[in-house]
Amino acid sequence: MAAPAKSANSATVNHPEAPSSVQNLTIGKALNLGLRKAMEDNDKVLILGEDVGKLGGVFRITDGLQKDFGEQRVLDTPLAESGIIGTAVGLAVRGFRPVCEIQFEGFIFPGFDQINSQLAKLHYRTQGKIKMPVVIRVPYGGGIGAVEHHSESPESLFAHLAGLKVVSCANPVDAYWMIQQAITSDDPILFFEPKRLYHSGALKAPVDTAATPEPLHKSRVIRQGTAATLVGYGPSVQVCLDAATAASSEGTELEVIDLRSLSPLDLAPVFDSVRRTGRLIAVNEAPSESSLTSEIVARVQQECFYSLEAPAMRVTGFDTPYPPAKLEEHYLPDLDRVLHAVDRAMNW
Amino acid sequence: MSSPEQWAHPDQGAESAATTVQPTPEQVIAGLRATTEGGADLIQLLTPEGERVPSPIFDPYVADVDIESLRELYRDMVIVRRADREANAMQRQGQLGIWVPLLGQEAAQIGSGRALLSNDMAFPSYREHGVGYARGVDFKELLGIFRCSDQGQWDFARHGFHPYTIVIGNQVLNACGYAMGQKFEGKVGNPESSGGENEATICYFGDGATSQGDVHEGFVWAAVYDAPLVFFCQNNQWAISEPTERQSRLPLYQRARGYGFPGMRVDGNDVLGCLAVTRWALDACRNGNGPVLIEAFTYRMDAHTTTDDPTRYRLSDELEAWKLKDPIERVRVHLTRNGGADADFFAEVDKAADDFAAELREFCFTMPDPPPERIFSNVYAEPSPVLDAERDEFLSYLDGFATAGGER
Ligand SMILES: Cc1ncc(C[n+]2csc(CCOP(=O)(O)OP(=O)(O)O)c2C)c(N)n1
Ligand SMILES: [Mg+2]
Repeated sequence: MAAPAKSANSATVNHPEAPSSVQNLTIGKALNLGLRKAMEDNDKVLILGEDVGKLGGVFRITDGLQKDFGEQRVLDTPLAESGIIGTAVGLAVRGFRPVCEIQFEGFIFPGFDQINSQLAKLHYRTQGKIKMPVVIRVPYGGGIGAVEHHSESPESLFAHLAGLKVVSCANPVDAYWMIQQAITSDDPILFFEPKRLYHSGALKAPVDTAATPEPLHKSRVIRQGTAATLVGYGPSVQVCLDAATAASSEGTELEVIDLRSLSPLDLAPVFDSVRRTGRLIAVNEAPSESSLTSEIVARVQQECFYSLEAPAMRVTGFDTPYPPAKLEEHYLPDLDRVLHAVDRAMNW
Repeated sequence: MSSPEQWAHPDQGAESAATTVQPTPEQVIAGLRATTEGGADLIQLLTPEGERVPSPIFDPYVADVDIESLRELYRDMVIVRRADREANAMQRQGQLGIWVPLLGQEAAQIGSGRALLSNDMAFPSYREHGVGYARGVDFKELLGIFRCSDQGQWDFARHGFHPYTIVIGNQVLNACGYAMGQKFEGKVGNPESSGGENEATICYFGDGATSQGDVHEGFVWAAVYDAPLVFFCQNNQWAISEPTERQSRLPLYQRARGYGFPGMRVDGNDVLGCLAVTRWALDACRNGNGPVLIEAFTYRMDAHTTTDDPTRYRLSDELEAWKLKDPIERVRVHLTRNGGADADFFAEVDKAADDFAAELREFCFTMPDPPPERIFSNVYAEPSPVLDAERDEFLSYLDGFATAGGER
């Protein structure tokens, strides 16, 4: 957030060749600029949430947007998540494209009914007569030393709901583009943001705002390797990359795939990879039971059965509530636990 | 509006909805927050200048509060404030992960907390350290939550002080269920002569929480089941960066009317007023005339939490205006003016508060971290072989590091 913000208009001016279209951004700032661009592109885009206006959100992701777009487009709502999401549904019926911010993932549940019963099903129920172009932004994941309900990973609860799409970004380039793609999508999308990486200077990357982005619902090989395939998303991508770097220094080359889209899943690149490496380690912070990694492992063993050299493995949070943060270093998948799983797969 | 009499006889003097004049937006804002006095309906027994204001309705509820008791209320508030400041400082020094300050809300919390009897139950949100103190919870037992080493483990039943609830509004329905249980078990409305002991429950929440569905459902449930529940809303004017007018068009206490029970606004910085009004409300509940809504009109003098920066959304003028209504200062002035306390007394209280803070600090600095197996304990009441296996596998994995040369 320390970098001087570009003026409101600079993002709209389209100079494909101009180097000024490239900015070095954190994930948080990239989301902020992506939201700004989406609001400039379409005046039906609204932002709704607690503290998103004057404060710019508790993580400052909507910083400056109310100042520039006004209180009619960036709404500091009453404190009620069912209200935020339920009214977003109605606004969408009326032709708006609401972007809801949920302050922390642990506070989305008062709105779960609206998500499950209306947001995810109206298009189906009306056989396409009503579209639900609603985005719900959810900062999620642990590692920030917080009190209860501020560090959870509930994404699989949402990936399980038919009619809803779920994505998660893991780097500034994706943050910038995926949020805009989610907003232009006519389907309801839960947009999970890796909160502990929001302001990570180490992850700062050049974002070319004039580039052509990849499609939203595609997974991507982000590091090539031969010994095993690591699959992660959101905050776990960085853990996988760190593990791959460490393994490489000992001569083991690991392939890393950023899932990006949690629903629908794009597993073709995962199958391709596992057919080459023969080993899969799927990583997420959520408890393992009925998580996204369960789905990935099931599908891989179905599609890649004859290629597997070892059982498909998982590195996840434990099947417990998120523990007091003094214990989160144990709970969260880390480089050591990922490498331990790699070792087991290699020595099977 | 706020006279309990009127609520006991709601037909008398009640305007019909059709003739009620709608407030202007300016009136709404003035009534909701602002640095005014909280409106004409504010119940106050001790003014910011330390004057005792007589109240025919509420005086009987504090008739037993003599100078000595007032000194004790003063002591409570000073100690709680000192502990709050110490915890805030310890967060700054990295000893706590976060702190949720109560600064400015001492009177609301001590006044209401001291109104409770031992069989009553309190359901806090996450800022009610003062209520916890009044319920006999050692302040130290709260620190683990904010040090992120536990999630609160005092003796809930013994203290009549439920675990903290962070998800806004959840506890209101939980408190309502507890109060319904008190009623179902015959602990409400027993004549004093019968020797049957009556009970009541109090539930704390903020101005922001009043928008949450759970809170509205709590109002409905409590009303339908005549639950012995005091809804204690500390309107500290802010829900993080959002002022109270983002939550309501009318003063919060007036909402009660729509649900069919009394609502009152008390000066939340007046410890005597809070004590009296809460005692009145608890009495009503114990006698079977619950529920009751109390809006304690107060001010969050510090940031929302230690991670918040209020300079982004509110003016320091507002804080300055509220400093003149400080909850502790008015008691000090009153005691001094009425010969209730001298410099020695105040010095002694300050010393006690400093000692308490030092004790807290010592405790916090030596608080052990929980062991890794704590992650797996008490997920279920019944045995879970699956989880036991997960724990054992993880612990032997950790042991591997120890035997491999203490990498961890
Ligand atoms: C369901 C839910 N949504 C959002 C939050 C995040 N949050 C924590 S405190 C708070 C503001 C609460 O304001 P208020 O009810 O007035 O209580 P105060 O903090 O002022 O005591 C918010 C939005 C939460 N804890 N729970
Ligand atoms: Mg508040």
